[in-house]
Amino acid sequence: MDGIQKQMLEEVAGLHEIPAGAYNIRVNGKSEERNTTANIDIVTKEDKSGIDIFIRPDTKNESVHIPVVLSQSGLEEVVYNDFHIGENADVTIIAGCGIHNGGDQKSQHDGVHTFYVGKNAKVRYVEKHYGTGEGTGERVLNPVTVIEIDENGYFEMDSVQIKGVDSTKRVTRAKLGKDASIVVKEKIMTHDSQTAQTEFEVDLDGEGSSAHVVSRSVATNQSEQIFLSKINGNARCAGRTECDAIIMDEACVKAIPQILANHVDASLIHEAAIGKIAGEQLTKLMTLGLTKQEAEAQIIDGFLK
Amino acid sequence: MLELKNVSFQVEENGAGKEIIKDVSLTVEEKEMVVITGPNGGGKSTLAKIIAGIEKPISGQILLDGEDITQCGITERANKGISFAFQQPVRFKGLTVKDLISMAAGKQLSAASACEYLVEVGLCAKDYVNREINASLSGGELKRIEIAMILARGTRLSIFDEPEAGIDLWSFKNLIQVFEKMHDEINGSIVIISHQERILNIADRIIVIADGSVRASGKKEEILPELFSTTAGSCKFYKGEE
Repeated sequence: MDGIQKQMLEEVAGLHEIPAGAYNIRVNGKSEERNTTANIDIVTKEDKSGIDIFIRPDTKNESVHIPVVLSQSGLEEVVYNDFHIGENADVTIIAGCGIHNGGDQKSQHDGVHTFYVGKNAKVRYVEKHYGTGEGTGERVLNPVTVIEIDENGYFEMDSVQIKGVDSTKRVTRAKLGKDASIVVKEKIMTHDSQTAQTEFEVDLDGEGSSAHVVSRSVATNQSEQIFLSKINGNARCAGRTECDAIIMDEACVKAIPQILANHVDASLIHEAAIGKIAGEQLTKLMTLGLTKQEAEAQIIDGFLK
Repeated sequence: MLELKNVSFQVEENGAGKEIIKDVSLTVEEKEMVVITGPNGGGKSTLAKIIAGIEKPISGQILLDGEDITQCGITERANKGISFAFQQPVRFKGLTVKDLISMAAGKQLSAASACEYLVEVGLCAKDYVNREINASLSGGELKRIEIAMILARGTRLSIFDEPEAGIDLWSFKNLIQVFEKMHDEINGSIVIISHQERILNIADRIIVIADGSVRASGKKEEILPELFSTTAGSCKFYKGEE
């Protein structure tokens, strides 16, 4: 890997060196390095581009890193990664994609990730997207995440896109069984004329299932964001969706929360708020000696922390 | 160290200018603790905001150690040594108590250092240092954190706008001790806007502001009897008895 690729890897996966545990590092459309463990196997798909990740039942405290780096301008790819998480497993999965586009052609990575979470299994999934490069070519990321959670399973998704992605459409769909739960935390910041669209749809099918979707975003310059969140309560369940956006400059943010109760014991809540940074927040930090610009930066950093 | 000369301020109301502060002149001496009191709506908070640079007077001058700071903005005044504790503290989603105390101190503080300021204001530090300054904190807790920020700044002039508001009686004693300690240990001047007799009692000097003007200024022995012989005298809360 060259310097740029290593830097991308650090941005999206926090990797300074080869990680411990299982990993598959994909660079410019090819699997560059791979490691499997006694409990975690990674197998290349034969019918399409992508991998299957098999995590044995009862695997505890192990991690899987599957970062993707694109540094070749003009490369466009769709990759299918399927995760099969065994019963009672407790694992952390770190994905993420970094695009460095130094040319004038569009670079695009569309990752389709499907998770089959077994009974009583616990998964923490971290996904970070980042773009850079001095070229005029667009940097596009359209991740699709499909999650099926079996009885009493737990899935936590942390999704972060802070900088440099020109266009993104992120689709996340989840189906929950009995007593299963999902927590989604999304953080997005857009600038210049970037666009970001997020679409969540959660089906709470199982008795006692629950979902909590939280999105915090900052839109600056002329960027545009759309946040669509649907929670369908099809049994006795609890669901909550929250969207909180800071809007600046000439940006535009649209939030469409939707809750649908198909069962009398479905308890669903939605909250959405869009607004600029409150004047009194800036004033307070300025009385501590910060300039207006420093105060804005602190408020945004804290909001997206 | 602080001098206001003929300061006036007005707001627009129904298309006409309404004067809130009328030709106010006052001084605060080095290491002096001044308590500004007076009826609600009399202009006390506005005056505090004018000193901190949050509101701009339409006429008059503000001097800090002889330097004219009338045209200085909020940040510049803060950096010249003015601190201001808001009457209604501001909430921040995502920023923690430690973040704000670090900003107040002007440097990244360790959890242990941030805790020292929290202990001073009677908060059990380890429960609070990593809490977000959001709606999960009560008004009284926010108020104490606001005061801890002023302690962390340790500037030459500290202004508190009704620090007792929202603080329960149990912590009120602690609040008085905080001001007494500040007065004794910090090499600076303190201005407190308050209605509370127990705070008025620890003042070196009391200034009474009503209807936008200074009505009286003097030592507590001179001001308090007059203050409580009027309507406030019948109010036990005003005396801090309830």
